[in-house]
Amino acid sequence: MAQKKGHRSLSSDDPEELARVPLQAVLLADSFATKFRPITLERPKVLLPLVNAPMIDYTLAWLESVGVEEAFVFCCAHSQQVKDYLNKSQWMKQPGTFTVQPIESHDSISAGDALRVIYNLGVICGDFVLVSGDTISNMSLKEALQEHKERRKKDPLAVMTMVIKHSKPSSLTHQTRLGNDEILMAIDPDTKELLYYEDKTDQSQRFITLDKMLLASTPTLHLHNDKQDCYIDICSPEVLSLFTDNFDYQHLRRHFVKGLLVDDLMGYKIFTHEIHSSYAARIDNFRSYDTISKDIIQRWTYPMVPDVQYFGNCSQMKLDRLGIYKAPEVDQSRTAQIRAFSLIGNGTAIGDHSVISNSVIGQSCTIGRNVSIQGSYIWDNVIIEDDCKLSHALVCDGVHLRAGVVLEPGVILSFKVEVGQKIVIPAYSKVSLLPQPSKQDSDEELEYADANSGVVESPSITSIANTRNVDPVPDSPDAEHSDTSEVGISGVGYIWSTTEGGHEEEWRHSIAPIPAEKLMEFCLSAHTDLGVSNQDVNSLPASGELQLDSESTGFDDGEDYKDSADFEKEVEATFQRVLAGVNPENVILEINSLRLSYDMSHADCAGSLFYSIMKSALSAPFSSNRELLLNTGKELSRWKDLLKNCLKTIDEEIEVLLKFEEMCLETTKEFAPLFSAILNHLYEKDILSEDAILSWAEEKEGADESDKVFVKQSEPFLKWLREASEDEDD
Amino acid sequence: MPDVQALVNDFVLKLKRRKIEGSHASAQHTAELLRSVISHQRMPYTNQAGALIDAVKAVGEQLIAANPVELAVGNIVRRVLHIIREEDLSSTATAIEGLGLSAGSDDDDEGQHEDRPALSAAALAAAARSTLRAPSLQTLLEDIPDSAAAPQPPSSGGDSEGKSKSDKNIRSRKLKHDVIEAINELIQDIDTCHEQISEQAVEHIHQNEVILTLGRSRTVKEFLCAAKEKNRSFRVFVAEGAPRYQGHVLAKELVSKGIQTTVITDSAVFAMISRVNMVIVGAHAIMANGGVIAPVGINMVALAAQRHAVPFVVVAGSHKLCPLYPHNPEVLLNDLKCPSDLLDFGEFSDCMDFGSHGGSPLLHVVNPAFDYVPPKLVSLFITDTGGHNPSYMYRLIADYYSADDLVVKRRSTS
Repeated sequence: MAQKKGHRSLSSDDPEELARVPLQAVLLADSFATKFRPITLERPKVLLPLVNAPMIDYTLAWLESVGVEEAFVFCCAHSQQVKDYLNKSQWMKQPGTFTVQPIESHDSISAGDALRVIYNLGVICGDFVLVSGDTISNMSLKEALQEHKERRKKDPLAVMTMVIKHSKPSSLTHQTRLGNDEILMAIDPDTKELLYYEDKTDQSQRFITLDKMLLASTPTLHLHNDKQDCYIDICSPEVLSLFTDNFDYQHLRRHFVKGLLVDDLMGYKIFTHEIHSSYAARIDNFRSYDTISKDIIQRWTYPMVPDVQYFGNCSQMKLDRLGIYKAPEVDQSRTAQIRAFSLIGNGTAIGDHSVISNSVIGQSCTIGRNVSIQGSYIWDNVIIEDDCKLSHALVCDGVHLRAGVVLEPGVILSFKVEVGQKIVIPAYSKVSLLPQPSKQDSDEELEYADANSGVVESPSITSIANTRNVDPVPDSPDAEHSDTSEVGISGVGYIWSTTEGGHEEEWRHSIAPIPAEKLMEFCLSAHTDLGVSNQDVNSLPASGELQLDSESTGFDDGEDYKDSADFEKEVEATFQRVLAGVNPENVILEINSLRLSYDMSHADCAGSLFYSIMKSALSAPFSSNRELLLNTGKELSRWKDLLKNCLKTIDEEIEVLLKFEEMCLETTKEFAPLFSAILNHLYEKDILSEDAILSWAEEKEGADESDKVFVKQSEPFLKWLREASEDEDD
Repeated sequence: MPDVQALVNDFVLKLKRRKIEGSHASAQHTAELLRSVISHQRMPYTNQAGALIDAVKAVGEQLIAANPVELAVGNIVRRVLHIIREEDLSSTATAIEGLGLSAGSDDDDEGQHEDRPALSAAALAAAARSTLRAPSLQTLLEDIPDSAAAPQPPSSGGDSEGKSKSDKNIRSRKLKHDVIEAINELIQDIDTCHEQISEQAVEHIHQNEVILTLGRSRTVKEFLCAAKEKNRSFRVFVAEGAPRYQGHVLAKELVSKGIQTTVITDSAVFAMISRVNMVIVGAHAIMANGGVIAPVGINMVALAAQRHAVPFVVVAGSHKLCPLYPHNPEVLLNDLKCPSDLLDFGEFSDCMDFGSHGGSPLLHVVNPAFDYVPPKLVSLFITDTGGHNPSYMYRLIADYYSADDLVVKRRSTS
């Protein structure tokens, strides 16, 4: 009770403190992905039921419980449905301090766009919580908010606090639990600053590259592969303006977080907050849908569990032994068995000898006799006739399975699909009333990155025929007729096809447990990789401490050398693109940005560019030195402007000369005899000034004989230059 | 009325979201809410008590459904219903007496004289019952129609319509007033129950005794502190009360009051019990049979105490008295809390792996909140009305609740 008291007194403090800036939240009610297709073609992802309530209810309930006062729900795909739902739900009319306000936009295709829209509305006035509408959590934000605010006071550049959660550091667990890739983070253990974030670690190569500056600037850093990103962020208002400034930021993590971490000009910082006992996870794909449903049934999300009516509008559940949740009005036959960890919704009837285990069954379903349902999710108003077998399937509202249908693991049946008698739907297939969209008309939920859930032209003959001549009205007799071949007699629906590659990936994200052979593969690859890269692991222990000491200079040099070589290559590649017809203006920009990202000087830049030009001159066919000289002359006059751009001062010009010299000695000996001629050319074309050439010659005065070869070669030219300048002086 | 509805909805949501937990807080809130429901209830001319009862039942039903585990809510709803019935009875009794007197004094109205005796007979019987009110089985059985019968006289008595209108008005206001007064007393009782209980502390705790308790209960804390204030010197063993470890908090509080305290693990209770003179624990609810619903681990303590013949004392305010029996499935509902009290999710995330092992989880964590202690293990209950045997509980309950209200459901037919 003391806890109670304490809680109450704190919450009464909170409004006073928050009275200045009410805590706001932005809830993205659109995942901007296609992982939940085909279901999301008909209903937005946030309204899909999770155990017994739509996902968005979990997120809103959590926001309300952490003291958010204003929540902006950003809806894009199916925005009307989301708005209708919100209007009907308790959230809009709830008394108290929590208000929900929908924001609608139709042309946003990414989280970045959404945040730009919100910025333009100008509704956010202080720190806000940024979540997507499929986040399930019961954590308390108080501590994280406090930390964030205090950091902001000290350092206004700390714009974001990311919530992370400890998880078992096994690549297998990452894959099998939430169907995500492993996330690698580098965190400063003292300040909790996030220094490095990588969510697309390649399983095949078990090493990462860290910027050396990272090691130089922080005394200690921990590399973690045992953290789970909860996708809950506390952001300062600057985050929105950052999105607006950087119009190419689309994805929150892939672009924004990585962008901030790489960008050292602005110096914005991201911090992390780790939660321990509370729960937070995001439903990203079907596998995490399955996992999180099971976590809810196992009560890890307490108090957001089915028997605590947290959302008000859903029916009351009773919890029996062994995690069986039952609504009060379930018509269960005496011989039917409901096994552990299942949930049966209100008004559902279950026939004789049916067995249900590890499954969630929605409201008003009718389940016939001898039906076996295992590990499946069955939403509302589904009719399952006798002798059906379902394992690890997801069955949406209004589906009708006729007698004897077998759903193999990983099957997804979208809304109102009907399956004819004794049809076996093969594993991992997705069936929908809507035809599979081809790449061109995927207008509802645009995918801006990694389209891996098979959005491809339907290869199966029947479905091609269907997509061509069937209008998407499911009730048309035409559709029903032509579909019989796919889902059986009197069946309605298209089987969505996946590409070969997509199918390969399908098992990762499906509801079905991972097949044993895949698991074996996974374990094996993980182990062999570990064996191979043992030294790496030793020198760079995962989540271990990495102390930077003074001896790292040699290492730095190596790194530096590698960097400059890389840079040269990049510049060359860029130059090749100019040759391919890209506007030179852009190339200047590109080279500049390359210079910034590699931390090079203008001189390096000029040198590399010159090198590339000369190479391109060399690449043209030539038979004699004379021809080569001509070629070079042509190339040089062609790219004079480009080169000039980098030659701002005399230093760069000297650098170009040195580079040229180096080339003649090492890589492109063809130019050696032509050195003085080309030098002359450069001078005439106004690329190199006479001061530069003279000071180059002076510099070389004291050098070795071997180094002076070219100075000697161009002696006449130099002499002429000197005289000319003396003449001018006179 | 709408603002009351809003209050009710707000409270229901709070109960549903477990924002109000603990019997003391929820009892207090329930009583305050019902008081405002009653004070906003419009009173009809007829069957006033019935109207109040219906209104309270309607709200009570929602409240109980919102969090069936919080038994104190139901207790308070039933207490308020009982208060309404009692006040109604006593006011009818006085009214009938008044009527009887007036009938005796002025017999100007001859025509109405016939039906009055029958009327007053029923009413007087009810009044008599209410004054006697010995909770014998017979009264309980006879009592059943009284909610229907007792309010009848003023309604069917279309006798002195014109004359007694103002009289009724006064009476209606008086009924409401009396009920609100009584609820205020109830709230007062809930507020002061800790003091009432701890006043008895010196009678039970003697010099140099060793007391054992488990977890943390505010009642127990105040009880022990009261004994300390009366200069009793004693030692307390505190079992920490996994998985919430509220015992640690209690230990801190006791030490700050200057009580000698020893913290032990829950599993060490049996080892320590031979040195203990008395076990004092708090409760979540006391059932009608004298059984106790209490935080997990208390059953084990009670068994250990019985083995060593150590008195097992339960301290609880009277709002925790529940008129239901624990064989009632609604009561056996335990609250299963979050498993993260027991395990760190991160450390065990590989055991909660549904992608392998055929999709069924191998690890299941159960974290029930409550234990049931059967009455034979309890030596004494100390409530704000004094010490009682477990076998006496049903009588206390008959004092506080009327048998009609055991099931708080509106009669759908009426």
